[in-house]
Amino acid sequence: MESTTGNFKQNASKALADDKLKAALEKLSEGFPAKRREAAARLPEFEALRDQARDIKTHVLANLDFYLEQFEARVIEAGGTVHWCRTAAEARSTILRISRNAGAKTVTKSKSMISEEIAINDHLEHHGIQPVETDLGEYIIQLRHEPPSHIIAPAIHLSKEQVAETFRKNHTHLAPERSLKEPRALLEEARDELRQKFLSADVGLTGANMLIAETGSIVLVTNEGNADLTYSLPNTHIVIASLEKIVPTLEDATTLLRVLARSATGQDISVYTTFCTGPKRPDDLDGPEDFHVVLLDNGRSKMLGGEFHDMLRCIRCGACLNHCPVYKAIGGHAYGWVYSGPMGAVLIPNLIGMDEAKHLPNASTLCGKCENVCPVRIPLPRMLRSWRKQQFETDKRSTIGRKTLRAWAFMAARPWLYRLGVAPVITVLAALGRKRGRFRRLPLVGGWTQNRDLPAPQGGTFVARWNRGERP
Amino acid sequence: MSENLIPAPSVGLFATCLVDLTRPSVGFATAKLLEDAGCRVTVPGAQSCCGQPAYNSGDNADARTIAEKVIKVFEGFDYVVAPSGSCAGMIRHHYPVLFETDPEWSDRARTLADKTFELTSFLVDVMKIDTLAADYDGVVTYHDSCSGLREMGVQEQPRKLLSQVSGMALKEGAEREVCCGFGGLFCVKYPDISGQMVDAKVDDILATGADTVLAGDLGCLMNIAGRLQRRGSEVCVRHIAEVLANMTSAPPLGEPQEKP
Repeated sequence: MESTTGNFKQNASKALADDKLKAALEKLSEGFPAKRREAAARLPEFEALRDQARDIKTHVLANLDFYLEQFEARVIEAGGTVHWCRTAAEARSTILRISRNAGAKTVTKSKSMISEEIAINDHLEHHGIQPVETDLGEYIIQLRHEPPSHIIAPAIHLSKEQVAETFRKNHTHLAPERSLKEPRALLEEARDELRQKFLSADVGLTGANMLIAETGSIVLVTNEGNADLTYSLPNTHIVIASLEKIVPTLEDATTLLRVLARSATGQDISVYTTFCTGPKRPDDLDGPEDFHVVLLDNGRSKMLGGEFHDMLRCIRCGACLNHCPVYKAIGGHAYGWVYSGPMGAVLIPNLIGMDEAKHLPNASTLCGKCENVCPVRIPLPRMLRSWRKQQFETDKRSTIGRKTLRAWAFMAARPWLYRLGVAPVITVLAALGRKRGRFRRLPLVGGWTQNRDLPAPQGGTFVARWNRGERP
Repeated sequence: MSENLIPAPSVGLFATCLVDLTRPSVGFATAKLLEDAGCRVTVPGAQSCCGQPAYNSGDNADARTIAEKVIKVFEGFDYVVAPSGSCAGMIRHHYPVLFETDPEWSDRARTLADKTFELTSFLVDVMKIDTLAADYDGVVTYHDSCSGLREMGVQEQPRKLLSQVSGMALKEGAEREVCCGFGGLFCVKYPDISGQMVDAKVDDILATGADTVLAGDLGCLMNIAGRLQRRGSEVCVRHIAEVLANMTSAPPLGEPQEKP
């Protein structure tokens, strides 16, 4: 997908001025966190499960080669094929090739962030194959030609009125008197439309929430059941997944499932949880004839063993987005690429480069709420700081911000010089602010006074006053 | 009698740059609380800042230089106490990271880290203070600042101390644990986003109906006071130490020293 991450500041300002978006984001940040909290409270072992989930992923990442090869061997035994792809381009052409071999005119898709990452829809469309998103949210944003704004709730930025409008515009057969006011009516309209697409699709493309090494199975988690129709009706099932989705055993998969839905939506478990292993067997009643797994690296192996290694534990639950006050303020589109929120701010620079993504690690207060709720305990603030450190060390352009910071640090490391330097400034500011107690405007601190007054200093510094013997 | 045999612990008061430069009353209140708790308080003259602005900007080299200075100046005390969860968190959690590959400094950083505390948690967890002689006539709400809450585990301690202040009622905000949007340099680098965040915080404060906001970090308090006052609100903003020490004669943040 084309990135607008470089325009982060403009994207954010635009988002902040959008009242409909603000209303949608408020609803999100009231709903999901409360549901997660309740779900966690209902399960006494939730914190222990988070530790286990973290440990499973840590173990996998330390033995990734072993489990990936084991997974491949099991997929082949089950009658499927594994395609190893280094880049997004390789994955795109592999999926196109398999689809062409299947004679595909349409490909139904269930929600997959990796498919967004490699922009498979544009590629298939460009080559004459129609991709059809079947997750309700994804379907809506496909009609609107928008990227997802949240990794588990892709159309969370839209109101139901906007969805109704989108359906009216695209479903031209719709009778004008048909009401689309209620969410239920919208759902039925999408369902009618999609039912035919499910039945006529030649290829079903799904992601995978997990890949299980010991069985060669893939795990699909949805609340709509659309993944099940996507993979079971067409003759060909293609799975696209990145390397780090692997887990060793079925047992491990269930541990992760126990934290996944609770962290994401506060459900004890998703409505549909499906384990698929290989193509249809002779005595199966249904299922695909062909089963392909496209295993994508796309920058992951470069992260292994480095400062961002732990990011590969991510199970894409969205909890860090749901709890992030910055995400709540600006929504997902401002981040300008597939991912958003704290996980996006760490991952996006890894995948599209720091030049384009330079704002993301900085646009955070490091409040720590993301790490606090992450089911696999990824130290997201630490990694945001790691990016800032890399930026500071590589981008040596002498900006005013950098000069000021270094000058201040020079003083701070020399407390006597610091005291000499700050005393007159404080004296002047205290005198100027004495009458009003605060400043509405002050040179050099426009960023502060744009939205808030600046409290005036009381006068004198505490350290000097104390050491002169002053006691109140 | 036996407690008199235990020497009073020596505490190095790390004032933090914001308290030192903008609100000495918080420093005096902190010193009083520590002395009342039985500590021998020293305010080293050779202190400036904990280095967090450099550290959070990715300037680890400068952060280390500042941290070395802080370690040298404060390592001789039994404890180091700061009226801030953020600055205490920097010393306790991030100094050891800064020096983790440096054999000469890592032990010294770790030793200092282990004896560094945020003020209210020091009073409750270390000095076991459970009574205070303070009164405050008002309805207050308390903002849990991020580093204090999530890095330093400061949550129950300030509330326990506030419950000892007579005449005060505490009304909790629904979003008391949500970041106020200060974030150090974040608030000037991304003023639009920060402005939206502090607005949400102010909405939550106003919804409590409290007449006073307290918190343990001056950065958050300046941000919150600045936005409240820009919106024309008369809610008072103070550092919790001022109330706990019964030293509320200085005007609240952003209020004039002289009546016009």
